Amino acid sequence: MNDSPVKEFFKTCYKNKNFLIGVIMVGSVILLAIFADVIAPFAYDANNPKEILQAPSMRHLLGTDDMGRDLFSRIVYGTRITLKVAVIGAGLQLVLGVTVGLICGYFGGAVDKGLMFIADLTYAIPGMIAALAVVTVIGSNLTNAIIAVAVVNWAAYARVVRAKTMSIKNQAFIETGIAFGESPLAIMFRYILPNIVPILIVNISMQLPGTIMSTTTLSFLGVGSQPPSPDWGWMVSDGIRYVSRGPWLCIYPGLALVYTVFGFNIMGEGLRDLLDPRMKSQ
Amino acid sequence: MSETNELLRLKDLCVDYKVKDGYLSAVKNVNFSINRGEIFAIVGESGCGKSTVAHAILKLLPEHNEVIKGEIWYDGRDLNNLSEKELEKVRGHEVGMIFQNPLDSLNPVYTTGWQVQEGILLDNVPKAEAWNKVIEMYRDVKMPDAEKRVNSFPHEMSGGMRQRVMIGMMLARNPKLLIADEPTTALDVTIEAQILKLIRELRDEHNTAVMMITHNFGLVSEIADRVAVMYAGEVVEIGTVFDIFDEPKHPYTRRLMQALPRMTKAEGRLKTIDGSVPRLTNHKKGCRFANRCEYATERCRTEDPPVNTVSPSHSYQCFGEQGVKEDV
Repeated sequence: MNDSPVKEFFKTCYKNKNFLIGVIMVGSVILLAIFADVIAPFAYDANNPKEILQAPSMRHLLGTDDMGRDLFSRIVYGTRITLKVAVIGAGLQLVLGVTVGLICGYFGGAVDKGLMFIADLTYAIPGMIAALAVVTVIGSNLTNAIIAVAVVNWAAYARVVRAKTMSIKNQAFIETGIAFGESPLAIMFRYILPNIVPILIVNISMQLPGTIMSTTTLSFLGVGSQPPSPDWGWMVSDGIRYVSRGPWLCIYPGLALVYTVFGFNIMGEGLRDLLDPRMKSQ
Repeated sequence: MSETNELLRLKDLCVDYKVKDGYLSAVKNVNFSINRGEIFAIVGESGCGKSTVAHAILKLLPEHNEVIKGEIWYDGRDLNNLSEKELEKVRGHEVGMIFQNPLDSLNPVYTTGWQVQEGILLDNVPKAEAWNKVIEMYRDVKMPDAEKRVNSFPHEMSGGMRQRVMIGMMLARNPKLLIADEPTTALDVTIEAQILKLIRELRDEHNTAVMMITHNFGLVSEIADRVAVMYAGEVVEIGTVFDIFDEPKHPYTRRLMQALPRMTKAEGRLKTIDGSVPRLTNHKKGCRFANRCEYATERCRTEDPPVNTVSPSHSYQCFGEQGVKEDV
């Protein structure tokens, strides 16, 4: 009990194996992305007609693709795209979801009904189909794919934020703020939002794997990243053509994706337990 | 007292809550005024509408289901006619309000000093100056270790300290009127005495008028200049502390006085008031205290009682024109 909060936090982290393993996995992906230039032996778009479709060897750790590009290097550079998807995708969803959730929860009434109707609509249409439709309208590239996934998935944040806002806005310190002459905007963003942050953090880490998967799926379907960018989804879909001659082309990008998504998943799970005081004693 | 000295005047203030079976008249025809630098107390039992009056002044009622009628004249403006934007400027800046429960009234995620500074910054004060003012304010409210305590979070403070922060927070912007809604209910008697002393000192220093809402007559006699007694949404009697304590006129006030424990008399059991407060939905005419009043006549049940003036400062609402006979 006498430990400093920071030390205690690390202690519980250590006890919480899920979180620890998740952090290590996600951390390794982040490190790969940062030091991609150092780690990758080749450039991600370096063609080499002499070495096409080579099996994994010492020279090409994970083999080469139909244009002779080093698969290991491409996967390493691909982490950058995946993390970009994670950060921008989650950011967009957050901005949309939190804003809508705060407005709905705080004002209630007709505004709430209208916005929540739209949020429910996004639940009613299957996410992938809706995202495909959005990308088709705004054009196929990675940024648009991220936007499409955000447009489909923001409602999950909005719901959580709305529910939490409704319960917090009835607490006494909100009344104090209003009696103090604060505007509704200040109440929402400076009084209510900071009290929701812990729940948001958990939500983000739970939503992230889904966001990455959806965006990668869009790339796999050919409406996300365009060649020659080393997007894992696109690499898998490209590799299918050579699946009998070079199965590594599908397997390794897929494994990389599984590794990253799984890492985010159990990190989120661990984080949820960590921030839930009821779980502390266990 | 002269007219210019008047800070707040409520004229026929009515607040109705919309409920399932019609309207609940929570506050009916409340009239009173508060002068600058005066401590005005509103006394009454739970649910008599005293908090509703306070919240109605700043329009802090839970929206959508209440109807406010009447006039709320504050410093020459009718607050009931102001837009939400204009009200934001009145709240905190001109009228401060402190609440019943200091334990929940501060934002748990910020340091208390930060929250006080937040309010001062609303008045466009430079940041460094505002922070100095925060520390100064903490000293003003007799916070021990002011320089350190500005960095404390609410959960690191005791109830009394938090109420001091609240008072400091509201006084930091020099309001002309401070509404205190049962400021000491959640605190023990020692702290209560300190907080009351503080409020009185700050009043003397800044000439801030205080509207004190309480159910505690002991507290009223200690601090207030004038008192309004409320029963079931109506002000039944209003006067100076001496008027109310020495010559209560309304039967309800009299019975309340008899129910107060006094050190001077050995009386055995205290008297109580039989019956209970009537439900106020779709209330018809007549005195609201009639069903519990020992002097009630048929007229009391069918007509609204008139306001009788005893002296310029003292009036009450009853048919018994000379005041009912002393029966202690």
